[in-house]
Amino acid sequence: MLNHLPILQVIVPLLAAPICLFLQKPKIVWLFACVATALTFLISVLLLQQVNVSGTLVYELGGWEAPWGIEYRIDDLNALLLLIISSISAVVMWAGHISLSKELNADRHLYFYVLYLLSLAGMLGIVATGDAFNVFVFLEVSSLSAYALIALGRDRRALWASYKYLIMGTIGATFILIGIGLMYQMTGTLNMHDLATRLPEVSQTRTVFVSFAFIVVGVCLKLALFPLHLWLPNAYAFAPSLVTALLAATSTKVAIYLLIRFTFSIYGLSFSFTTLPLNVLFLVLGVLGVFVASVAAIYKRNTKRLFAYSSVAQVGYMIIGFSVGTAAGLSASLIHIFNHALMKGAIFLALGAVVYRVGSVNLSQINGLGREMPYTMAAIVIGGLSLIGVPLTVGFISKWYLIVALLENGWWPVALLVLLGSLLAVIYVWKVVESAYFKPADSDREPVKEAPLGFLIPVWVLVIANVYFGLDTRLSVGVAQAAAAGLFGVTP
Amino acid sequence: MWMLEIPPFVPFFLCGFLAAITRGKLRAVIMLAIPVLSGIHLWMMPEGEFLHFNFLGFELMPYRVDKLSLMFGYVFHIAALMAIIYSLHVRDTVQQVASVLYAGSALGAVFAGDLLTLFIFWELLAFTSVFLVFARRSDRAYAAGMRYLIIQVLSGVILLAGAIFYAGSEGTLLFDYIGLNGVAGWLIFIAFGIKCAFPFFHNWLTDAYPEATVTGTVFLSAFTTKVAVYSFARAYPGTDLLIYIGATMACFPIFFAVIENDLRRVLAYSLINQVGFMVVGIGIGTALAINGAVSHAFNDIIFKGLLFMSMGAVLYMTGRINGSDLGGLYKTMPKTTILCIVGAASISAFPLFSGFVSKSMVMSAALETNHDWVWLMLLFASAGVFHHAGIKIPYFAFFAHDSGIRASDPPLNMTLAMTMAAALCVAIGVYPAALYSLLPFDTGYNPYDATHVLAQTQLLFFSALAFVWLNLMKLYPPELPSTNLDVEWTYRRAFPWVWSKIVLISSTVYQLVARDLLSKIGKGFNYLARKNDDRLSGLLSRDHPAGSMVLWVVVILAAYLILSLFH
Repeated sequence: MLNHLPILQVIVPLLAAPICLFLQKPKIVWLFACVATALTFLISVLLLQQVNVSGTLVYELGGWEAPWGIEYRIDDLNALLLLIISSISAVVMWAGHISLSKELNADRHLYFYVLYLLSLAGMLGIVATGDAFNVFVFLEVSSLSAYALIALGRDRRALWASYKYLIMGTIGATFILIGIGLMYQMTGTLNMHDLATRLPEVSQTRTVFVSFAFIVVGVCLKLALFPLHLWLPNAYAFAPSLVTALLAATSTKVAIYLLIRFTFSIYGLSFSFTTLPLNVLFLVLGVLGVFVASVAAIYKRNTKRLFAYSSVAQVGYMIIGFSVGTAAGLSASLIHIFNHALMKGAIFLALGAVVYRVGSVNLSQINGLGREMPYTMAAIVIGGLSLIGVPLTVGFISKWYLIVALLENGWWPVALLVLLGSLLAVIYVWKVVESAYFKPADSDREPVKEAPLGFLIPVWVLVIANVYFGLDTRLSVGVAQAAAAGLFGVTP
Repeated sequence: MWMLEIPPFVPFFLCGFLAAITRGKLRAVIMLAIPVLSGIHLWMMPEGEFLHFNFLGFELMPYRVDKLSLMFGYVFHIAALMAIIYSLHVRDTVQQVASVLYAGSALGAVFAGDLLTLFIFWELLAFTSVFLVFARRSDRAYAAGMRYLIIQVLSGVILLAGAIFYAGSEGTLLFDYIGLNGVAGWLIFIAFGIKCAFPFFHNWLTDAYPEATVTGTVFLSAFTTKVAVYSFARAYPGTDLLIYIGATMACFPIFFAVIENDLRRVLAYSLINQVGFMVVGIGIGTALAINGAVSHAFNDIIFKGLLFMSMGAVLYMTGRINGSDLGGLYKTMPKTTILCIVGAASISAFPLFSGFVSKSMVMSAALETNHDWVWLMLLFASAGVFHHAGIKIPYFAFFAHDSGIRASDPPLNMTLAMTMAAALCVAIGVYPAALYSLLPFDTGYNPYDATHVLAQTQLLFFSALAFVWLNLMKLYPPELPSTNLDVEWTYRRAFPWVWSKIVLISSTVYQLVARDLLSKIGKGFNYLARKNDDRLSGLLSRDHPAGSMVLWVVVILAAYLILSLFH
């Protein structure tokens, strides 16, 4: 059984999705989905443990040997990402039934769970697989279900946002496919491990350059790197709350994983960073992303949009860490991936609670909610503090490692820019705090009660995780550093 | 032996929590009891370093007790107690909780043994104190509070940056002598400097303090700048640059203080001027000078508190604080008048008042180390202080022309707090040995020798003469209702203007380049596709059409491909 963990990780949610269709009753489907996601989470924990004990796990699908068959390959990096994705999706699912009861007609609940599980399976598949073409397949599985999930939003603009995401996501996926195709043409293999050994022989050909360019641009579209982020804010803002929480916490992370996997493991550090000035380009785009998106966030009236822009800014930090091109920088990025999933998961889920009670997350509707929904708003405040990078929260850990990595490299002007970026975060988080605590409630809004316990528990689990992992960094930092060291050890 | 190792910020934070959940008398009792108990606890505390932690591989020490931190710890307790008594009549949970937390943060900062702990309390100081400004609940106060908060948080962020650089270069986070070496030293210096109200960084102080509530200003005047003074004394003693910065700080506010009408703003300027004396002392760095700086901080907290309390009493009873609206109050507010004069005498360093015993130490130290020019500047500053704080404040508030206001003395608790402060001012002035025994160094200094007393008395006498003469000749700047903007002009007027222009220009450029170009390209494509649907394109142009997103994709891809051509 333990030997089959890598495939079970993907198969469980993938098979759970069609089973949902037989269960029909919304509440039962929800319970079933909870069990399925919890099981997925359990598997990821076991996987991480196994990787810790016995190193990289290799699983051959159907017993076919690697370069011909598909293999799943789990090392520290994969295990970390699997843990992030499965844990957030499991916690978000707890709030599922309550949240959906307000946001979706009962006859559509079923489809939500099916799509949710499919999207989850797709993301887990992308991370687990060691086969480049398989990546594309799972990318399509997760993306197509994500488009449909976003389109479930109550607001009719959700359709439009989903459509744009569909266009952009498809272009991104196509680019990735083109890149993979070109690599296949040059090497005759699709296995990542195999590609890594064969690519150096042909690395100086134009075809490989082009394939790299297509893959990087395609992945950057999916991870919403500035200026390819334009699809993201609307998609997050108009999707159902749970979908926003899931996607914000996981989907861009998966794309960053792909970026790391392709640049470090497949093409290799020397190709990606010395042959091409990828790091300079990424550094500039990352810093620009932090500032442009943070300033944009300050001017937003819809808090979901506000935090969506903040997500683009946070991706900027991850890309800055990535562009340093050292093990320290990469581990800073990975730590931030972990931590950002916790922050945004907490914030968007808490905003879901606001939608549940108030029906809207415009700043004007949040006025005075600090008194009416104290626990929910406190969760948003703590999440926001974490976003700023206040000590005792995970955000501080992220910023700390990122800045240390930048300083080690002698990039102290960038370090100062990163700190300035957190000041911008202070401003946009403050806008929410100001509305919730310092402005009187609008007279046209009915007074509301605190969110139900079924909502508060998952929110506060994430909030407490924000504080806990801000103090005890053994898990996040330990695994991230091991993963970064692994990536730098593998590449020549 | 006292064995409970509770850092002083813990009881204060606990007090803040209790104050938040209690009401009325019970809250008053709790708020009075905690500083007293905490003060007794601190008094019993032996020197040493307590509570060690490890975090990210660095040693953290949130509770370090030595002579320097104890001195500030004591006076913060005294100040907190006085200010709490002064604000007992207030019925505003936000303000009361914030003020106790604020005092606790200041205590946390002075007992912090490492830079990270210091940073946390540094930011807490900002976030707790800003509520004392917001609590005025006016739009002006809100705007001033926001400006204050942004500058304070910026200072904290710079401190954090400096701490990280310091950890990188020195391999430790312990908070001891730092000095102006490398980026880390400068960043931390600037961070401290902002909180210390260095020239050009001082506007948050004169901007926000006078906008705070009556009681809030009393708290504010005690803690924030003194924490910065403490930090300088800890990390930068003997840094020459501080001497010149301090001398400037002692002199320039005088001019603003003389033309300012809002009497609490006059006091805010004089606060900067007094901090200037302390900064000079730290810059000189000899044992005598550091003693002078620290003891002056001690005294300043008390007499500046007294002055802010008396002006607060005036504002509370009359609702006015502009010199032009006040006058003649001595008839109906005799107690406040006398107490204010005690404070004024202390700040002007009259012999037998507390200011004299500490200010003269800094000036003697300047002479001993041959900083003659600095000594002259400080002399000028002393005359100026006497002028604007010693004479102007009591004169315009309580004497001058009769404004016709017949307000009575403030409630008992306010008078009591002021009396306590006044008593301390006199006690320290008459018996300075008690204060000296607490100082970090033993220098055997005696303030009451003939030169000091004579020089200071002469100075005061001629300064008073100048005021009288100017007033008689009608040359003294009249009190006019106006807002004086100094350096803050840059961010209250210039920055917003520049920012709005930048936004305007960039949006115009965007319109020109992106919109027009895109629409032309779009039209071109549409023409090719023979599908020119106006309704659809109208819909598309709302926020970001997919076309423009794709354009970016093309741009980035092209950039990559071109780069790979030239590699």
